[in-house]
Amino acid sequence: MRLLSALLFAAIIATPAAAETVLIRDGRVVTNGAAGTIENGDVLIVDGRISAVGENIGGPRGARIVEAQGRFVTPGAFAAMSSLGLSEINGSGAPDDASVEGDLIAAAADAGRAFNPDVTAIAITRMEGVTRAAIAPSETATMFGGRGALVSLSGDPDSVFQQRAFMVVELGETGATRTGSSRAAVWPAFEAALQDAREYPNRYRSGQGGAVLNEIDAAALAPFARGQGLLLVHVESAADIRRLLRFKRGNPGLRIAIQGGGEAWQVADELAAARMPVILDNVLTNLPSSFEQLSARLDNAALLHAAGVEIAIAPSAGDAQQPRLVLQLAGNAVANGLPWDAAFAAISRTPAEIFGAGNIGRLESNYLADVVIWDGDPLEVQSAPTAVFIEGVEQPLVSRQTRLRDRYNPVRR
Amino acid sequence: MRNRLLIALGAGLCLAACATTPAATDTETTAREPYASSYTPRPSQPTLLRNATVLDGNGGEFANADVLMRDGRIVAVGQNIDAAGATVIDATGRFVTPGIIDAHSHLGVYPSPGIDATADGNEATSPNTAEVWAEHSVWPQDPGFGRAVAGGVTTLHILPGSANLFGGRGVTLRPVLGAITVQEMKFPDAPQSLKMACGENPARVYGERNSSPATGMGTVAGYRAAFIRAQHYAEQLEAAENGDGEAPDRDLQLETLAGVLSGEILLQWHCYRADEMANAIEIAHEFDFQIAAFHHAVEAYKIGPMLARENICSAMWADWWGFKIEAYDGIRENIPFVHAAGACAIVHSDSDIGGQRLNQEAAKAWADGRRAGVEISRGEVWTWLSRNPARALGVEDETGTLQEGRRADVVVWSADPLSSYAVAQQVYIDGALMYERGGGQDHRSDFELGQTYREPTQ
Repeated sequence: MRLLSALLFAAIIATPAAAETVLIRDGRVVTNGAAGTIENGDVLIVDGRISAVGENIGGPRGARIVEAQGRFVTPGAFAAMSSLGLSEINGSGAPDDASVEGDLIAAAADAGRAFNPDVTAIAITRMEGVTRAAIAPSETATMFGGRGALVSLSGDPDSVFQQRAFMVVELGETGATRTGSSRAAVWPAFEAALQDAREYPNRYRSGQGGAVLNEIDAAALAPFARGQGLLLVHVESAADIRRLLRFKRGNPGLRIAIQGGGEAWQVADELAAARMPVILDNVLTNLPSSFEQLSARLDNAALLHAAGVEIAIAPSAGDAQQPRLVLQLAGNAVANGLPWDAAFAAISRTPAEIFGAGNIGRLESNYLADVVIWDGDPLEVQSAPTAVFIEGVEQPLVSRQTRLRDRYNPVRR
Repeated sequence: MRNRLLIALGAGLCLAACATTPAATDTETTAREPYASSYTPRPSQPTLLRNATVLDGNGGEFANADVLMRDGRIVAVGQNIDAAGATVIDATGRFVTPGIIDAHSHLGVYPSPGIDATADGNEATSPNTAEVWAEHSVWPQDPGFGRAVAGGVTTLHILPGSANLFGGRGVTLRPVLGAITVQEMKFPDAPQSLKMACGENPARVYGERNSSPATGMGTVAGYRAAFIRAQHYAEQLEAAENGDGEAPDRDLQLETLAGVLSGEILLQWHCYRADEMANAIEIAHEFDFQIAAFHHAVEAYKIGPMLARENICSAMWADWWGFKIEAYDGIRENIPFVHAAGACAIVHSDSDIGGQRLNQEAAKAWADGRRAGVEISRGEVWTWLSRNPARALGVEDETGTLQEGRRADVVVWSADPLSSYAVAQQVYIDGALMYERGGGQDHRSDFELGQTYREPTQ
């Protein structure tokens, strides 16, 4: 009994701010939901969830009051693609868990089990208002980029909240580079791999083995090949996107979203008709930097949105340091024609929906209380959070970078 | 002209004589020297930008001000300027600034599309390739030049990459849309630079080949050995000019290094860490040369007063960090902290994408500095984008501010350019309209013509 008390006490000490009841009062509340943006709105947080949102809702006795003073109050941003938490530094020969080499593991690569909530990039990203991220390996040796996970940026030990949430598949130039140097080899190999996975474990137990996948990768791909998980397919060119749409028509049971989509605007109507979401992870690319994005343009997001395509705006795949820039990316999409509300949804609600994380990305009752208060328009480069809550717990706005800043600040020395 | 620029650079201020128009750019009558600029300003008409908020690039901000350009030069900034004979543009609600100068670009040498054959920026065959010139790798058809102008960039410094201790000479260019030759883009009489590199890159590239340098100490030894040879070469040349002995055989590599020693070639030194910048300064003292700017300078904030004392600019990113260990101590306040120390701060891109919105990078750094207690005016912030890079590139007397007599390199922004939402409406180079947003089809380089590119059907 004494031991139990001691354990409970230790638990309380370890999470002092948990389960706080907080009333954020008088903010410009971007709900991302049916209520739209509420001027002079309140947000009540109870037990880590949004309890109520509206005008003058009031709070229970004892609730901590946070005066937003008319500032923006929004859901936390969701970095829809990254390698956050997979390396401390991703060059210099430092250990980099985002990069998977060799033939043994590709589809089976499991980002969620490499994630380290203690890397300094987590706090650095979190204090800029990003509260959730999708993470995936930055590269593997095959067209299967491995299994991605969804993480909270709380830094808590259990901050992977959805393991193996999606499978990255490379069916464009990158896929070709890894598979016979040609798209002509990519597609047969892809279909054979799906077949291997669907027939797992039988063909492996019978000794027949896989046509292209080893047993480990086949086991990892199996649920995705059976429509039980999201295939996140990286393609850029309009031609590759059309091929993917054709494939989807022949395989309606598969769940597919696009990552990249540099030329997606050319295929906007078809994407909308097929209800295929696009995670734009290069929304500022307006150069023919590769032959698969010769027609990349800055208003890609705006054109897709206007056509009715579900879009997310994401940091670059493989980015372990700068996912915080996703807010600047969204602001630039606005500068190039995307409505503000759609841009904000594209970095919060929409990624959560694409990945099937149903209770994230809105300020509505029962959603997880990931809430950020800003000192200005969150999509404006000069703005920064004044408070960040993840599941109702206020996060310190401190990082290794702020420690360095404070040590060398010429004004405060 | 060139000497004057260098004196001004060394002294850190502009001589009174700077403002007079030099008799350069006489491309019609004089035969051009090999490799010299053949840049000719586009035809322009006198233009008055009326009633804008003007950031003059020299630290000033003026509300409801006019800017008059004539014959390719700034004539006046002020209120109620007489517009007789000028095209008047109503800039009410808009902002007018000097054009952005990107002091660190690889456009043309790492062009789009990025494939093996176009990666033309690193002559990574020897740690010392001071003999190569970036301009000889520049592909004028790089679509990036057109995108840069649309981002308000009017001058770019194109550098070789950072694989080598001595990467080669850099060149200052105009983003001239439709230029066929690099000579058409060369900023008239701008000094060349030498790109040097500290730190991880040379040690990695050559260390992996089991050759020197493989370490930081190997890099410093490599710099010093080369400058000893350059000193000797310069002494031999000078002696021969004075009738004392024969001139040495021409040596392209030593010519470049001797140009750094004489101050004719401006040193642009890629260096991340504070301690490595301090070592570089020791080398400059040993061989008595001036460093124009440290590039990347991720830890410049740790040695602000030293950089101010040594009169060295720092060309920096707003917030890049951690992509390698020498960038690990990057902080968002680097630029404002360097500025607060009284040193010359520059926002650079090193990126064909980031170089299209350097104004936003300055805005981020400004806001982060403000939150840390460093108060800087909006007018001063623009010096990071125009006057200070002009100074580091030795073109301060020609461009970078809206001072009378300067080249009319001017951008009209849709709104406060220190914002995510502002876009360049008009971009003037030498008083000529080089780019106008929504003014018909944007320029497409030869490479882009007839590609799969289609206009959207909206």
